[in-house]
Amino acid sequence: MDNLRKKKNILSRIIFQTAIAAGIFALIILLSSIVNEAFGYVIFVNENSPIEIYNSDKKLQDASKEELIIILQENLSKGLVRKFNFMEPFEKRNKDNILNLVMTEVVNPQIVKAWSLYSSIFQKTRIIETLKNDYPDGNLVFRSWLSLRFLITPQSGIPEKTGIFTALTGSLLLLLIAIILAFPLGVGTAIYMEEYAKPNRLNRIIQINIYNLAGIPSIIYGMLGLAVFVRFLEPVTSGKIFSHTINNTANGRSILSAGLTLGLLILPIIIINAQESIRAVPKSLKLSSYGLGATKWQTIWHHVLPWSIDRILTGSILAVSRALGETAPLIVVGASTFVAQKPSSVFSKFTALPIQIYQWTSRPQPEFRKVAAAAIIVLLILLLTLNAGAVILRNYHNQKKKG
Amino acid sequence: MENNNILNLKNLNIYYGKFRAVKNINLNVQKNKITAFIGPSGCGKSTVLRSINRMNDLIEGTKTEGEVIFQNKNIYNSGFDAISLRKQIGMVFQKPNPFPKSIAENITWGARINGYKGNMEELVEKSLKGAALWDEVKDKLKENALRLSGGQQQRLCIARTIAVQPEIILMDEPASALDPVATLKIEDLMKTLSKNYTIIIVTHNMQQASRISDYTAFLMTDENRSGYLVEYNKTSTIFINPKNKKTEDYISGRFG
Repeated sequence: MDNLRKKKNILSRIIFQTAIAAGIFALIILLSSIVNEAFGYVIFVNENSPIEIYNSDKKLQDASKEELIIILQENLSKGLVRKFNFMEPFEKRNKDNILNLVMTEVVNPQIVKAWSLYSSIFQKTRIIETLKNDYPDGNLVFRSWLSLRFLITPQSGIPEKTGIFTALTGSLLLLLIAIILAFPLGVGTAIYMEEYAKPNRLNRIIQINIYNLAGIPSIIYGMLGLAVFVRFLEPVTSGKIFSHTINNTANGRSILSAGLTLGLLILPIIIINAQESIRAVPKSLKLSSYGLGATKWQTIWHHVLPWSIDRILTGSILAVSRALGETAPLIVVGASTFVAQKPSSVFSKFTALPIQIYQWTSRPQPEFRKVAAAAIIVLLILLLTLNAGAVILRNYHNQKKKG
Repeated sequence: MENNNILNLKNLNIYYGKFRAVKNINLNVQKNKITAFIGPSGCGKSTVLRSINRMNDLIEGTKTEGEVIFQNKNIYNSGFDAISLRKQIGMVFQKPNPFPKSIAENITWGARINGYKGNMEELVEKSLKGAALWDEVKDKLKENALRLSGGQQQRLCIARTIAVQPEIILMDEPASALDPVATLKIEDLMKTLSKNYTIIIVTHNMQQASRISDYTAFLMTDENRSGYLVEYNKTSTIFINPKNKKTEDYISGRFG
């Protein structure tokens, strides 16, 4: 008998350890495949060779500002030169700026082939052979697709020039709107349900529905957002009601609509979590407050909320990080797949990180997979930051509660 | 019995849902005396205690019949303000439950929400001295109250209660979670407090009741598990010369 007990014990331990090992293994595979795509050798081929256009013994980098301006005028159409001059007069630009213009517009290096990190490390000889045989005038460069430039550049149709600035600002604005909607409403509902609502039939039905709402697939929320925010409230969500005169083509498919939709999506999660946090407040604490002659609201404001706020915030942060990764409702609400300008207001068209990643992975050019991998890393870092923030907040408050 | 009543319970019946927890309690509490409620577990002594400052209102499904007369008014009259009643009838609980704030804030919070406008530092000192805690904590008033020992926490709870300047202090087994030394301190404190306050205490500990109280009420359960008042008299009478056989059996440890 005792032997059987021991065997069961060992067996269950093995099962649990295997499960954890499988999880860690899957995580490693996921992370390594993303990192594998986001870094690696690329071959650049210049549209115009710097030597040909400069026609000198010196390097292009050492050319004077005047020489560089002449190169621009020789190689670009007059209209284009005028356009750049109009955007910022050449006299006012410094040399580095002009050099940058020459590099991107005239020399215009283009990626013709890209390798993964794994190939870059283990098959370097083959890569060099390819360079010699197929692209004799190409440059082999080790490229990190994730870079500061990638973060602050708006979207572009060319993989090496594109960035996630529009998607990043879109995502952050969406989260902001979702939090503004869902946090006060959610916490308020939770306080009502826990402290004020009598346990009658109506309130039980409401409670059951809140639990059910938390389990509804996110795409349904997208449909709701489409019907309510995009269609029905179009004058509001497109900004027309506020006499918004900016040339607006969003027609309600705006950041506001999508943010409100995400807010509705995380609302039940925030309510349930806040309810559980409030329920965890020791009864003795509330009793001692009432015993001193405090009103219900004084008890809630001075004792219940301060005691539970860390759990409420932790749960809300986790809900927000769920919203950050949501794609389906945004597609339904009408996220744009190509937005080259950063959003000018909450009534603008928008794109978000997961939409952008989805869109890049479905492009035919292999280079876009690298860009998508870099964007995934940015998304993961954002998520990890949010979750780490939740953990730190919880630990900080736990320490305060212990005294 | 002297006629210096501060509180009269008249035909008090308390129900939890359909269950009658307490039936027909009639009892007069004397001013500036310590009254102890004793009796076996489940006899409703805590329920009666909580009914005195309407803490039972906070428990879902509680219904109270009968009258509790305090300052010539029935506190169960409709429209009676239970919130301000609790300022006048304070409560100390079984488990020490200071707020997770500083020692000083524990004292001032109750006074502040009740609109106290006087000098807070004076109030803190006066209340802590009143609860015999001042000497132990005067150098760490800003520290979190949860760092105090259990006995100190309970005395802080008493200090917090007297800071609101109540007429009556209800104590629900205030020493049952404490060690004997801390218990003794609380008992001494109660004796001192009874000069200025009326104290009603629920206790499991008969020795404690006989040591500190002036009056003792003995409650028991009937065949329907409802609590009723068996005997109420001066403590000396109850413990030395009880009139009821059941009281005598309980006091002498034959059951309970």
